[in-house]
Amino acid sequence: MRLLTHNMLACNIKGVTKGFPLGIEHTRLETKESELNADFLRHIFPKLDWKAFHEAAQSVGVNNIPDQVEPVMLDDDEFLRKFHHALLEVHLEEGALICPETGRRFPVTKGVPNMLLNEDEV
Amino acid sequence: MDCVVELEKHKTVDSLHSPSSLRISRVREQRKSFSSWQGASPRRRSASIRLVGRHPDVYEPCDDSFALVDALLADKANLVERRPKLCLEVGCGSGYVITSLALILADECHAQFFATDISQTAAQVTRETLSAHGLQADVVVTDLVHGLEKRLAGSVDVLLFNPPYVPTPEHEVGAAGITATWAGGDRGRVVIDRMLTMVDSLLSSKGWFYMVTLTANNPSEICQIMKKKGFASRIVIQRYTEEENLHVLKFWREDLAFDYDYNAETGGGGTTPQSSLSSKMSRLAFWR
Repeated sequence: MRLLTHNMLACNIKGVTKGFPLGIEHTRLETKESELNADFLRHIFPKLDWKAFHEAAQSVGVNNIPDQVEPVMLDDDEFLRKFHHALLEVHLEEGALICPETGRRFPVTKGVPNMLLNEDEV
Repeated sequence: MDCVVELEKHKTVDSLHSPSSLRISRVREQRKSFSSWQGASPRRRSASIRLVGRHPDVYEPCDDSFALVDALLADKANLVERRPKLCLEVGCGSGYVITSLALILADECHAQFFATDISQTAAQVTRETLSAHGLQADVVVTDLVHGLEKRLAGSVDVLLFNPPYVPTPEHEVGAAGITATWAGGDRGRVVIDRMLTMVDSLLSSKGWFYMVTLTANNPSEICQIMKKKGFASRIVIQRYTEEENLHVLKFWREDLAFDYDYNAETGGGGTTPQSSLSSKMSRLAFWR
């Protein structure tokens, strides 16, 4: 899974009010190149929680994402390249996502996060 | 001849009320019939059957899957024109449908694709299918869209759902193994009705929702439920097989007035494109 998906996932255990952003633990990361598309990046930019994205990028070792952003930066090719790489090219293959409120771990196996809840969590 | 027509000759879908064990044996029987035409060239731009991952507990592409993909192909010109950016399939199974959508939109839309399934095995098989087609998309194991619904709210441009629609005893819904892939409880509506409550929240203002239904699911009632939520609907594909009468329904926000030129490909025998349902609900009597 990529940081795009991380930015779209929240813990929804019953009673949890702050289930976002999920912490990231990783034992295996992969980088897979993909074609950069500026239209997609501009489309998704306002939908992202940038603070969560910035922290997630740092937790997978990508340290060149600015913590403060302005829409005008989307005209800068260098920024778009970094943005694209962190959002769509770094894959969390093995590890876990951690609920910030309860500490509940959601395992990530072969690149797939398992968000299923136990009966007592629904 | 279109592969769909070929497939329908091999059709082995059992009756709605058959015991699950019979359905399993027929799904397996069907697997053999697929292998008999594996050598066929991939039709149009859908996923290639021979590249679809397999597992005994994961539903293989079947008449319903082909109907949904054929509906997407029939609607391709409209889909491309909408320039979707985020697409989500709920209950992706083998990955045949989401892979096909990604291929259909590949050249023109630069969209990103998500898929969910309640089965870890299905999620892995979907990942294999995507990978075999050289595609990247993220797959999440979850119940419908749990965990994604808050952050994806209002962002999904294309939402796909081939639900477990077969009427079964309630206890078979969500059962272990392959039963869960088709068991839909009372009138086959248990999982469908849960999904219908989430569509409005998930879809973007220009979002489209495609769903497979059977006559037994009472699609006309489903359309009325969605109409109350502000959605117009149409049948993109209606397909009669020996024992199933499948419809692929499409929903969009009614306030989004557009009247596109509908030049659907028919996609093989037994398939009939229909015009807008919202103005023709009276015709739906034949569903009952």
